[in-house]
Amino acid sequence: MTFSANLSLVLPEVILAGSALALLVWGAFQGKASPAFTLASVLALLAAAFAAVVGPHGHAFNGAYSADAASTYAKVAIFISSAVGIVLGDRWLAQRGDQKFEYAVLIILAALGMGVTVSAGDLISLYIGVELQSLALYVLAAFRRDDAKASEAGLKYFVLGALSSGLLLYGSSLIYGFAGSTRFTDIAAAAHGTHGVGLLFGLIFLICGLAFKVSAAPFHMWTPDVYEGAPTPVVGFFAAAPKLAAMMMFARVLGDAFPDSVGQWRQVLVIAALISVFVGAFAGLAQTNLKRLWAYSSIANVGYALLGVATGGETGLHAMLVFMILYMVDVTGFFACLQALSRDGKPMETVEDMAGLIKERPGIALAMTAFSLSALGLPPFSGFWSKFYVFKAALGTGDVLMQTAAVLGLVGSVVGAFYYLRLIKSMWFDASKGSVDAPAPAARAVGFAAALFAFPVVLFALVWLDPAAKAAAAAFGHA
Amino acid sequence: MTGLLSLTTFAPLVGVAVLLAVRTIKGDSAATDALAKWIALATTLVTFALSILLVAQFDAKNPGFQFVEDVAWFAGLHYRMGVDGISILFVLLTAFLLPICILASWTSIEKRVVEYLIAFLVLETLVIGVFCALDLILFYLFFEGGLVPMFLIIGIWGGKRRIYAAYKFFLYTLLGSVLMLAAILAMISISGTSSIPELMSFKFAPWLQTWLWLAFFASFAVKMPMWPVHTWLPDAHVEAPTAGSVILAGILLKMGGYGFMRFSLPMFPNASEMFQPLVFAMSAIAIVYTSLVAFRQTDIKKLIAYSSVAHMGFVTMGIFSGNAAGEQGAIFQMLSHGVISGALFLCVGVVYDRMHTREIAFYGGLTNRMPLYAATFLLFTMGNVGLPGTSGFVGEILTMTGTYQASTWTAIVAASGVILSAMYALTLYRRVMFGEIVNPELKTITDLDKREILIFAPLIVSTLVLGVYPNFVFNLTASSVDALVGAWRAAVGG
Repeated sequence: MTFSANLSLVLPEVILAGSALALLVWGAFQGKASPAFTLASVLALLAAAFAAVVGPHGHAFNGAYSADAASTYAKVAIFISSAVGIVLGDRWLAQRGDQKFEYAVLIILAALGMGVTVSAGDLISLYIGVELQSLALYVLAAFRRDDAKASEAGLKYFVLGALSSGLLLYGSSLIYGFAGSTRFTDIAAAAHGTHGVGLLFGLIFLICGLAFKVSAAPFHMWTPDVYEGAPTPVVGFFAAAPKLAAMMMFARVLGDAFPDSVGQWRQVLVIAALISVFVGAFAGLAQTNLKRLWAYSSIANVGYALLGVATGGETGLHAMLVFMILYMVDVTGFFACLQALSRDGKPMETVEDMAGLIKERPGIALAMTAFSLSALGLPPFSGFWSKFYVFKAALGTGDVLMQTAAVLGLVGSVVGAFYYLRLIKSMWFDASKGSVDAPAPAARAVGFAAALFAFPVVLFALVWLDPAAKAAAAAFGHA
Repeated sequence: MTGLLSLTTFAPLVGVAVLLAVRTIKGDSAATDALAKWIALATTLVTFALSILLVAQFDAKNPGFQFVEDVAWFAGLHYRMGVDGISILFVLLTAFLLPICILASWTSIEKRVVEYLIAFLVLETLVIGVFCALDLILFYLFFEGGLVPMFLIIGIWGGKRRIYAAYKFFLYTLLGSVLMLAAILAMISISGTSSIPELMSFKFAPWLQTWLWLAFFASFAVKMPMWPVHTWLPDAHVEAPTAGSVILAGILLKMGGYGFMRFSLPMFPNASEMFQPLVFAMSAIAIVYTSLVAFRQTDIKKLIAYSSVAHMGFVTMGIFSGNAAGEQGAIFQMLSHGVISGALFLCVGVVYDRMHTREIAFYGGLTNRMPLYAATFLLFTMGNVGLPGTSGFVGEILTMTGTYQASTWTAIVAASGVILSAMYALTLYRRVMFGEIVNPELKTITDLDKREILIFAPLIVSTLVLGVYPNFVFNLTASSVDALVGAWRAAVGG
């Protein structure tokens, strides 16, 4: 394959890398962010998403990188979500007089990292992608340097993230040692039929490292602290796109490199998934801060997505892919609403702060009600459909372990229902605590759009999302 | 006419759209509220007219589904609607009770009127949808979706312990229905279809039926509610506003019974036969135990709530008797209870609106000041007891006849419930209505006004008409019930 043919496959990443560097130079000369700068960065991401859609499919750089239906699916979602992240964060920082051009550049770099990860066909490219993405996110978490909590969040995120990268690398080296290659196809061939202890150890370490990245229990400890400390729009960003990227990593590693070891990794994933669901549900009960609450909610949701991955095969991955998109829209919308809300200039972050919101800001309260009901998994909201796919896949396996896990997962969702209801109760039943500041238009628009997607748009959107995810899921295992 | 069913189902949503528009244009004012009530009333009346049209065009000789609409959706799901003899009357009942609910809230709801009306209209769409859905997932959508409006109705416009009651209602029902969801998803992946008519003829392996039956039972038994998972109901009823109680007792409880007839019996016949003794035992306990509990209540609404549980015991018993008399009786009892218990809650609402208390001890001697009210209350009390000539009698006698064929002992125990219901209902009536007025606050209480008479008139008429001429119902249900019973008999080899 010629070099230019390789390049045409990685065009989305080339666009992002080039524009990140160009924007960095532009920003350095200009010294500060400007509307044109933000617009340019958003356009760069949209151009990359477009390139991912129209670009050819195939394997580049001797299989280290693959562009297929799955990577396209994920990239479009990730790049659009990143563009939304830029707009929201930029407005939010501008409001606080803290606007910096590095914000957009960092998000583009994170998106680049995610693009590489979801296309990885090799442990090395996987690791490079993960690290690029993570490093950008560490900085974003601590983006407001003067804020002690944000710095704490950034530091915690960095230390624990570095640990997980270590686990990931250690697992990769074990796998390399026992399989003799870092390429997924070669590993799959080496693992075919034999379940060597070395490979298995490597796989377990790899899963632990990845579980860290998706914040699955028991590797979830960093999530609530980081969510609480980091700036709200940043949380909205890294609760969405990086989660999808990390789930795609799971799918790549397990579906491409270890497709024959389903019996081995399924047990690990099911246990992690169930612990996540129950930790998310029970620990969430004790939370009063909405960002921490949603951190636990995200842990529970990651548990559901992992159930999809654990199901394996096309149906399981199909379920996970639909799940993640619907979840991304929900979580983006929720944090957009949260960042739009403040009372006398102070952000409203606790459940009590939301008291009587339906009187003060009926639109935002309705949107947040939709997100809560969706996260609760109540039909006809989008969260129901995501659970519909996952549990249908898990129950359809004919495997008793998966079926038991699915029923337990559903029961866990009832426990979680209580804290979403508490938020609704606060907004609808409690007396108002006084006026709420006018919400920022950009955040409000994103929140409303996401709420409309949660219901009723999702009922129609799934008509094309379903086949798209199906095609994407079919792409795994052909690396 | 195709599309009539969807039109009936979604007509209330048109009203919701109008209400939202009015609210946006005119703002939050007393004039908006007054206009909103008329809009909501008109919407529910139009829906009622549509449902009458539906019944008029219904071919009673056809045991299958009619007015079927089928549009492919995604992931193998369909938007599939249709009604048969079992479901059509529930559509009619829903559409019949909703205008009454709106009228009953005319003056008693003072805050957030537009939201209140929207919640009711949304609930109407969802409930009608439950009875019309012919796709498992679509059914689940409507079934679960109804939780939210009801949660808000109890939580916002309810009484003192409204928040506790709202949570309890929501979480109880949710736990039951996630198990049903698991069963639904398992059924779809095993059979490869989510179509209810197809699943009714699909034969699940007997061991699987057991599990699926239990999962559906968890949901419907809570909804029904059956003893011992009925404890959410008294709380929800007591705290809900009057119209909320009417819709809860009149319609939402019927979704459980409807579910048993639509899913448990035809789809899991072997399991239904296997668990028949369990259902009979639970029903018999419900009838006797909750009647006794009702007797000890000091709150009028709680008393009627417990009596609802007892009456639902007759329904579950009839459904699982597996013969035509039992099924017909169960459907009839559900319809009749929908009217009578709804009316009883409205009766409580009448005095509650005036005195703001539901304590039995507070009242006494109301016949002196409220003759019309006393007569109305007497009629519905008698209906509740099952006096011949009222609709309550037909349902009870048929369910007991049906059960007698399946299990004599259950029928005998259940028959004692008739005496017990007379005991608590008449005691309630005596304490509230008869005697001299002792409480000075009651000296100025006024009788029913025109609006209230308008509310009660259709309920009185339907109670009496159904009691005297029950064939109106049986003509519509007979062929579908025969098909249901025939299929069940064939499956269990009886």
